[in-house]
Amino acid sequence: MLVAAVLFGIGAVGVMVRRNPLIMFMCVELMLNAVNLTFVALSKRLGDINGQTTVFFVLVVAAAEVVVGLGIIVAILRRRPGATADDISVLKG
Amino acid sequence: MMETIVFVISAAMVLGGGLGVVLRSHPVHAALSMVLALFGVAVMFVSQEAHFLAAVQVIVYAGAIVVLFLFVIMLLGVDAADNLRIEPIKVQRPLAAIAGIGIVGLVSAAIIAARDDLRVRGAGLQIPSETGDGDANIKQLSENLFRDHIVAFEVTSVLLVVAVVGTVLLARRPGKGGAARQRGEQIEEPVAP
Repeated sequence: MLVAAVLFGIGAVGVMVRRNPLIMFMCVELMLNAVNLTFVALSKRLGDINGQTTVFFVLVVAAAEVVVGLGIIVAILRRRPGATADDISVLKG
Repeated sequence: MMETIVFVISAAMVLGGGLGVVLRSHPVHAALSMVLALFGVAVMFVSQEAHFLAAVQVIVYAGAIVVLFLFVIMLLGVDAADNLRIEPIKVQRPLAAIAGIGIVGLVSAAIIAARDDLRVRGAGLQIPSETGDGDANIKQLSENLFRDHIVAFEVTSVLLVVAVVGTVLLARRPGKGGAARQRGEQIEEPVAP
């Protein structure tokens, strides 16, 4: 579980540091995986299958989230190539 | 003993992969580092007797999601390495480091403090190596999923359909005379090979 905590920290730092939207996305995936790891470890420790069911749902939602997020990234980068996360601040009205 | 060795190796895989995602400047390298981290997580799932989830992890994450990432990298041609030396916002990295160390410290402290409270409360896992039934984990998980959480399961199917439709709408390239062109916006045409 400490490994999961450290992985979550790495993911969080990655989201904050990197400017490439794709890599920020990968870091979000890492954070989700850290949470999954914690769920499975606790499921083993507490002897409760519900933790593993939750991980299943997290996996499904993560897949959907990746699909939508990558669609958005493709749409943005097609409009303005080489965009970073900072450039999206032009969205403000 | 064996468990410790497996744990150490998979932990090294997970952490090395995670650091690789953050530190490698090339997006393709970062994606491959993510494969390493995800496989490490899958190994940990196996070592904790969550066999079904390990299989799903490899198929969905290491298979589908990373391939999707690589496809997008290839499609957009953003495979130029970005320069990590440039700092767009000056105070960002120290702040991020402080926040990251703080998060890790707080969560670790919470885990260590709560360690004594972690006692078996549920009905108990059926562990394949103990019951001698190789499918015990899958059976128990499916019973839990399809008996207790059937509504949530159906809702996830709706979520997936909505995600697919929404992505198709988002990523669709407007055709000739499409709505975006009528608004006079500039659309890059694909270069013919």
